Amino acid sequence: MKSKTIVAVFMLMVFWGQQGLSDRIVDMESEPANLESNKHCFSCHGERFYTFENEFSGSIERKAMNPNFIYNPDEFYQGVHRHFSCTDCHSPDYETFPHNAELRLDMMFSCMDCHGGDDTYAQYNFDLIQDEFYKSVHADRHFETFDCWSCHDPHSYRLMTRDNFRTAEIVSYHNQTCTECHQNPDKYQLVMDGEMPLLEDIHSFLPNYNLHFNAVRCIECHTSPQDTMWVAHNILPKEMAVKNCVECHSTNTLLMSSLYRYQAVENRSERGFFNAIILNDAYVIGANRNQFLNIASLVILGMVLLAMIGHIILRIIK
Amino acid sequence: MAEEKIYLYPIWLRVWHGVNAILIMLLIATGISMQYANPDYPLIRFDWAVSIHNISGIIMAINYVIFLPSNLATKNRRYYIDGLKNIVPRMMRMIKYYLTEQPKKLPSPFPVTKENKFNPLQAMTYSVVMVFFLPVVITTGLALLFPETIVKEVFGYSGIFLTALLHSAIGFLISIFLIIHIYVCTTGKKITDNFKGIITGYHHIHK
Repeated sequence: MKSKTIVAVFMLMVFWGQQGLSDRIVDMESEPANLESNKHCFSCHGERFYTFENEFSGSIERKAMNPNFIYNPDEFYQGVHRHFSCTDCHSPDYETFPHNAELRLDMMFSCMDCHGGDDTYAQYNFDLIQDEFYKSVHADRHFETFDCWSCHDPHSYRLMTRDNFRTAEIVSYHNQTCTECHQNPDKYQLVMDGEMPLLEDIHSFLPNYNLHFNAVRCIECHTSPQDTMWVAHNILPKEMAVKNCVECHSTNTLLMSSLYRYQAVENRSERGFFNAIILNDAYVIGANRNQFLNIASLVILGMVLLAMIGHIILRIIK
Repeated sequence: MAEEKIYLYPIWLRVWHGVNAILIMLLIATGISMQYANPDYPLIRFDWAVSIHNISGIIMAINYVIFLPSNLATKNRRYYIDGLKNIVPRMMRMIKYYLTEQPKKLPSPFPVTKENKFNPLQAMTYSVVMVFFLPVVITTGLALLFPETIVKEVFGYSGIFLTALLHSAIGFLISIFLIIHIYVCTTGKKITDNFKGIITGYHHIHK
């Protein structure tokens, strides 16, 4: 409880005066608030190997760090929790080494412990995200083992859709969230007993698997988008995933309500292209038609047909 | 009325032409279906259209590769080369014929002979289609089949987008060519004469 209070007070101090920014609550420009104090933790947990003095033998020992507990400081300081101190979320008892084994049994904070029911984060729709998550196949089938951290690492979490990231970066980042488990048997089998199917095999119906995976996110087809949130969290059962190509490959493409939603609000249409914003990153046949070219092609076709009809009339009347 | 027939279309050319005709119609139908895809009014199911378009496009490319050496190795090439000589005034003469003389069934200023298969307009159109349109549409089509080979960005535009734009624009022009080509084929002595000719190999001349 004490830790939660510290976090709340800290958040108020750091983010006071930032309310004017519509999209960015976290100050991403200034130096991280706890850069120095966190160095103590990162000296071991930011490295593949760590050294310590064995108090019994007096020798300096070098050990390999458990890969599950290595965190990249650069990624941490690029993430939304960059101003945090490690001990804001983890027990201050971790500051002593060797760590007490019982500390690993401590209950960890969940997203909603800090973000739930708080107007400061209203624009991020955390409560709606939670509701959507509970409806998702992840919650439905793996309720005991699945939580926010299963997909989102708080040590490196970044807001991709609301910042100046290229769509390719957003796609790569979000898809990595899925492939962390769905392309990694070690993580996949933390929640599933069976063998992990290869993504390429189960998506063999796509004409060009790599092109699709580099251009759009898994959630484009595997969620039902919500009007009030940027990133849908209701992961559907695979039977309900979008398999009908024209859901994306048409002027009414669902990509505009998912991947291109943020940009779509910013900029509706340019140079006569339907869904023009997609053209900055990709070309989606069926979705990116140009109304001027459509008109020009109809005019040319009409002129050809008229000329033919005229010629037919001349042939008949001689 | 006397009728003479000349053997104009050797078997390799007829097979090539027939295969091309089927492929172009498949490519146009599937291309339009994809470009104007609409979940409410599907012309051809999108995934089928993609598969048919890809397979037809590959066969089309192979067919073109067969056509080039066949055309160069046989006398067929001279119809293109000779037909383009002094092209502008001859084309104007042919346009005048189509507009004013052909409807009256007057004889063509460039009648079909064994040495002169194409009139100037045909020679020009077929040359543009075979030397410019088909290579461009095949190259851009193959590039779209392997999009990783396309330059990522050209002057701030997606390379795939520009390639697709060029591919569909040339595809549209080939569609226009096909419509005109089929119509002009109906202007023989009988509407079906020219269609029979490309099937049997013989061109009928009515004197």
